[in-house]
Amino acid sequence: MSSTFTPSRRTVLSAGAIAAFAAALAPRLAFADEKMVADEIKKLYGDKKIDAGKIKLDVPQIAENGLVVPITVDVESPMTDADFVKAVHVFADGNPQPGVVSYTFTPDCGKASASTRMRLAQTQNVVCIAEMSNGALYTAKAEVKVTIGGCGG
Amino acid sequence: MIDRRQFLQATAAASLLVGAAGLGPLGRVAAQQRLTQADLLRFGAAGTFTLLYMTDLHAQLPPLYFREPSINLGVGEARGRPPHLTDEAFRTRFKVAAGSADAYALTSDDFIALAKSYGRMGGVDRLATLIKAIRAERGADKVLLLDGGDTWQGSWTSLKTNAQDMVDVQAALGVEAMTGHWEFTYGADRVKEIVDKAPFAFLAQNVRENEFGDAVFEPRKTFEKGGAKIAVIGQAFPRTPISNPAWMIPKWEFGLREDDVQKQVDEARAEGADVVVLLSHNGYDVDYKMAGRVKGLDVILAAHTHDAIPEAQQVGSTLIIAAGSHGKFLARLDLDVKDKKVSGYRFRLIPVFSDAIAPDAEMAALVGKIRAPFEKDLARELGRTETLLYRRGNFNGTFDDLICQAMLKQRDAEISLSPGFRWGGTLTPGDAITFDALANATAMTYPACYRMEMTGAQMKAVLEDVADNIFHPDPYFQGGGDMVRVGGVGYSIDVSKPVNQRISGLTELKTGKPLDADRKYVVAGWASVNKGTEGPPIWDVVEKHLADVKTVRLEPNTSVKVTGA
Repeated sequence: MSSTFTPSRRTVLSAGAIAAFAAALAPRLAFADEKMVADEIKKLYGDKKIDAGKIKLDVPQIAENGLVVPITVDVESPMTDADFVKAVHVFADGNPQPGVVSYTFTPDCGKASASTRMRLAQTQNVVCIAEMSNGALYTAKAEVKVTIGGCGG
Repeated sequence: MIDRRQFLQATAAASLLVGAAGLGPLGRVAAQQRLTQADLLRFGAAGTFTLLYMTDLHAQLPPLYFREPSINLGVGEARGRPPHLTDEAFRTRFKVAAGSADAYALTSDDFIALAKSYGRMGGVDRLATLIKAIRAERGADKVLLLDGGDTWQGSWTSLKTNAQDMVDVQAALGVEAMTGHWEFTYGADRVKEIVDKAPFAFLAQNVRENEFGDAVFEPRKTFEKGGAKIAVIGQAFPRTPISNPAWMIPKWEFGLREDDVQKQVDEARAEGADVVVLLSHNGYDVDYKMAGRVKGLDVILAAHTHDAIPEAQQVGSTLIIAAGSHGKFLARLDLDVKDKKVSGYRFRLIPVFSDAIAPDAEMAALVGKIRAPFEKDLARELGRTETLLYRRGNFNGTFDDLICQAMLKQRDAEISLSPGFRWGGTLTPGDAITFDALANATAMTYPACYRMEMTGAQMKAVLEDVADNIFHPDPYFQGGGDMVRVGGVGYSIDVSKPVNQRISGLTELKTGKPLDADRKYVVAGWASVNKGTEGPPIWDVVEKHLADVKTVRLEPNTSVKVTGA
């Protein structure tokens, strides 16, 4: 598994009460945006049509810890020599860099499923692209909220 | 056979006096001191077994006053839907007469006068009386008693005994299963220590060890009552590590885990469950959404958001029961099971009017024993109030106004922040403010009152973040609770807007000037979720303030302007 994720320059505020507001108060850096994610996808696949479906993207609605957000990607495929998932790419549109992780698969993998943890600097969309062996592309997107915490209830 | 329509009629608040036609509203009876324990227990047992449910007791042992919210806004699809109705709108929807006992129990207006007529509510000795009576009526083998959590936190005795007082009370009540939220603020080791020894199950399918994802608690348990197999699935508060200190439970992950709820339901059915119950600390709007997405749940017992709804709500074939908080209510749901399916129900949200119910002697003795070592502290009078002191409401409450003022003065701050907790009792004008009452609004394991600097821009970011936690139109992105309370500053909020666009017009109240985005302000607050937060416990700060002011007299708080509701 190779990760293209670049550690943020931001250091985590951890001393004292101010850390309560770390996520909201982090110095504003240049963050990626939707367009940068679109550009990355274009670099890989040009203007090829991308459909919704086939991908089950499992991320929490609200991150318990923005530093290690669990993500699981499952792509529906028989994973035979004739029909398999070649690659899965994950992007985040609110991190300093849009790339999170890329996986490549072969039919021998048996299923196209992968889990890891990623760092998310703020509330943002996680975008996933799956490339099938016949060249078809699928996408899925989910918003993950990174909050400062604090409570009611 | 049980007639579903007849059941539904019996649930209506207007017909709380089932079988006692002619006595008039329950309220008048109570006011004339004729409201009896029998009136409260009158039900007409039905069906195969009885499910008793209490939740969010917040460690309240004696009876107390608890004012329901006057502002409880719903956003998106939840707008105007129960529980997002208050006062007149609530009474109209549930056919509750103004001024009645039910109006006092369920709504907020005219609270001071009604509190005088109807007295305090709750008290675990009264709950014990009701539960024992219902067990005697139905046969104990036909009654299942469940607890929705937030039971172990919220009083001086629970804090000082590390929740042992409440565990002993739950054992004495005969609680059979619970789930949790504030329970986790005693830390992982203490929670595990209690759970390993407790005579009841602690169920939480959505708590996992964060390395390999192993289950930390039993996910579900099957009970047999009246010949029916009832599978109870536990769902702890999914946002615990965000809302409360994650460092106290560093190896545990939570989350909604909706797919896993479905798996639990399917497994329970495969094992032959006749009835599947979700004992949930999701919060009401989250439960409502989940009820429409998870298939095969017969009942969701809702907790966390402290809503008291006098009728069972229905989503598809799932019933949602919301039983209030602080021991004010005991929910009774009789279910009829035929051919391995729920074929009918009868429901009543029983208001626990403490003056009408004889305290159970054994439980009263246990409460006495629990409180005795702390009695000197509990009884200490810190001051008196001329203002109704309450907490519940989306934007502010007078008890928090008092706490915010105490922080401004005692910590020499320009701005103060008090979390939007929904727990804590109510004091009526003329009441003494005892240390007991103060602890009921502040007792917790991370009480340090910090002092720090924040810029105006940071303050806005904080308010926006908290607002999104309450007013995100998708309940799966909400965390429950009310808006953080602010002292020294006013603002406007448009609850219909998206994140970072809701808050405007931040104003320093002392000068009337807009908050400067770049200037640093001295801010005092409490209940930070971060490790190593420094400062005196908040109850010391408020006690000092009360020693200075002696009598609390608060002007109406108009510093938050709300639109978009």
